[in-house]
Amino acid sequence: MDALDLARWQFGVTTVYHFIFVPLTIGLAPLVAIMQTCWYRTRNERWLRLTKFFGKLLLINFAIGVATGIVQEFQFGMAWSEYSRFVGDVFGAPLAMEALAAFFVESTFLGLWIFGWDRLPKKIHLACIWAVAVATNLSAFFILAANSWMQHPVGTTYSFETGRAEMHDIVAVLTNPTVLAAFPHTIMAAFLTAGTFVAGIAAWWMVRKVRSGDSETARDVYRPAVILGLVAVLVGGAGVAISGDAQAKLMFEQQPAKMAAAEGLCESVDGASFSILAIGDLTNDCDGVRHLIEIPGLTSFLATGSFDSRIRGVDELQDYYAQWVGEWEQEHGTTLDPDTVFHPNLAITYWSFRLMIGFGAGSAALALAALWLLRKKGSVTGATWFGRLGIAALATPFLASSFGWIFTEMGRQPWVVAPNPDVSGVDGVWLLTARGVSTVAGPATILTSLVGFTLLYGVLAVVWSRLMHRYAVEGVAASEKDPSPEARGSDDDTTTLSFAY
Amino acid sequence: MELTTLWFVLIAVLWTGYLVLEGFDFGVGMLLGLLPRRADQERERRVMINTIGPVWDGNEVWLLTAGGATFAAFPEWYATLFSGFYLPLFLILVALIVRVVAFEWRGKIDDDRWRAWADRALIFGSWVPSVLWGVAFANIVRGVELDADHQYVGGLFALLNPFALLGGAVTTLVFLTHGAVFLALKSDGDLRHRAGTLAARLSVATLVVAGAWAVWLQVAYADEAWTWAAVTVAAVALVLVVLATRARREGRAFVASAVAIVATVVLIFGSLFPDVMPAVDPAHSLTVLNASSTHYTLTVMTWVALVLTPLVLLYQGWTYWVFRKRLSTAHLPAPAGLTFRRTETSGAAPE
Repeated sequence: MDALDLARWQFGVTTVYHFIFVPLTIGLAPLVAIMQTCWYRTRNERWLRLTKFFGKLLLINFAIGVATGIVQEFQFGMAWSEYSRFVGDVFGAPLAMEALAAFFVESTFLGLWIFGWDRLPKKIHLACIWAVAVATNLSAFFILAANSWMQHPVGTTYSFETGRAEMHDIVAVLTNPTVLAAFPHTIMAAFLTAGTFVAGIAAWWMVRKVRSGDSETARDVYRPAVILGLVAVLVGGAGVAISGDAQAKLMFEQQPAKMAAAEGLCESVDGASFSILAIGDLTNDCDGVRHLIEIPGLTSFLATGSFDSRIRGVDELQDYYAQWVGEWEQEHGTTLDPDTVFHPNLAITYWSFRLMIGFGAGSAALALAALWLLRKKGSVTGATWFGRLGIAALATPFLASSFGWIFTEMGRQPWVVAPNPDVSGVDGVWLLTARGVSTVAGPATILTSLVGFTLLYGVLAVVWSRLMHRYAVEGVAASEKDPSPEARGSDDDTTTLSFAY
Repeated sequence: MELTTLWFVLIAVLWTGYLVLEGFDFGVGMLLGLLPRRADQERERRVMINTIGPVWDGNEVWLLTAGGATFAAFPEWYATLFSGFYLPLFLILVALIVRVVAFEWRGKIDDDRWRAWADRALIFGSWVPSVLWGVAFANIVRGVELDADHQYVGGLFALLNPFALLGGAVTTLVFLTHGAVFLALKSDGDLRHRAGTLAARLSVATLVVAGAWAVWLQVAYADEAWTWAAVTVAAVALVLVVLATRARREGRAFVASAVAIVATVVLIFGSLFPDVMPAVDPAHSLTVLNASSTHYTLTVMTWVALVLTPLVLLYQGWTYWVFRKRLSTAHLPAPAGLTFRRTETSGAAPE
């Protein structure tokens, strides 16, 4: 493998891994904040117990998300220095804003929340977890604005003098239609993830408590948690679908090759159908693709809102891009590798798109079951299958998120910065992935870090999952003492801390 | 002031924030293996970790911001530096990763072997960046081999020269002292006393090594005479650390040690300017002008930085105020971690 392939593997491994933890953090922080708000408002101890229980899971997860996030801030420069030179003028800005506006708030107020239970007035302490929740979501906005610019580079022009993309409109970058769709999609997916997490674990515990004769705890503590998770799943699920639909239409406009590859569509057709299953040699070769189960016109509908619109296949798009990129390069004295393939790997794009959507079914099944079983006010259930469903559903939104990112990023290939679609607007703001990799970091260097990160991340994944499992099976504490200074009364120097590492 | 100059200064400010704040975090982390008495090791380690517990994460963000700001304001600098210093940065990343999870996960399981692993991660994760940041900055000041395209072509082993290695020793000693002084300021009881004693000893070594390195830097690599002022301030501040630690004036010692770090950053950045990465062949040097973003981008980022940085200082400062009390082993609650296996039988029937 050459440096390019290794650098791509490294980016894929470290980024997909990072994004296993991030959606849970983004979604769970507001849910924990809601639980604590319920405690603050109702003074019902059940909410404090739930806040502490899910708060610990949040913190275990938060740490690994932060740790693996540091790599992201550095590896653009390390392994993708030529990309960094090309995009720095525009891409660096949202990254710096993310650090200044979101990371500082997140990390500082998380510290205050963890250690401040007994030192801050209740109201201030509650505000701290809300600050964390808002900041995690804000951070998602900035990084998605950066990513959306790679999908659809607005607000910039190519400078022939410096050979890079240069920003002339920050507002356009931050209100890129791509980010206005990607942000709600990602946030809603995070709510779906965290909702499934809360509802799944609470469902398992509810069943367990009912079966051991403790219906009271099941009703008093776990039922509200299932309901809260359920609401997050329903809101998140609807949000994901609506924003995803908007994204598909933008994708059709902005990255037609991604859309065509998502359907494994080689030849252009009117009224393209959506296939649920395809067989054949769906690698990067159009011969021999056979779609088995199809919904007529659906792909056209997803792309344009009309069932019979024309969708260009990858063959036509290949010729289209090869021609104008070739001409542009010739005009500007650079040479394009004639073998450049201007569409993504068909199999990966096709299947990751379907797996993203398909894994959403896990959360949906759990939500439907919960809606049915818990439909009566105050009802609980001891149905074993419901508890098992809760556990089985846990992994599905994580998988859906991972495949969503694999689809988005692999589907953008061969570009690292995708060209704007309107040919009249060809502004030179695009970059082939192959041209973005660092030239001074050789294969051996990148292989070293790739192996190092993969091994380290493997070990951390084992530890993370054991910790999460251990804390989940511990269950909600039987009681929690109000640790606030109001409840404790006078402040005394000799008192032990309510929490310490 | 030119915006490129302003951003050069702002990036120096971000690194100052990082090295002053994370400097004592690293120091405390390194001292975990040196300071606690064997008889009361676990409780003393816990006190040490908890003196920085609420703040280390926020302190680390100064680094992420410095990285992001360099990317935004000086993309060529970011690209050349990070790709050129690839493997040292990889080591730093590994160290920072294990350190972050060790902080948060250490107390989650109540088991000696578990804590021993977390402590190894914290100690490793504090030593490695302490040494390597010094090596990296010394190399930047010294100048590295860049080609006409501003690519680093010097290779890994060129980074291990005597000036850079001494630079690594300087940051390590400075952080050890800074951490010991911080502990003396923030802990109580016997630990406070021993931290103070150790700080007094370390400060002498730091004065000698850091002083020698600063003079070497000024004589060999600085173009301007005014940076002698920074050398002098750093030296005077380090002398004050020696005196204050002997007199057990912990607050003064901490301020002096922070001033020494600030002066060192001023010395490093002051001697760089107007270069951001001087090359062996001066024609290939990266400067604030040829490495920078456009005027438009710098203007946008200036507004963002001017609005947000004071807020950051305000709420971070408030955090230090909230957690201002000294900690001693008496303040520690019982370990809150769970055992590896669930032992409590609540009468729950397993599924």
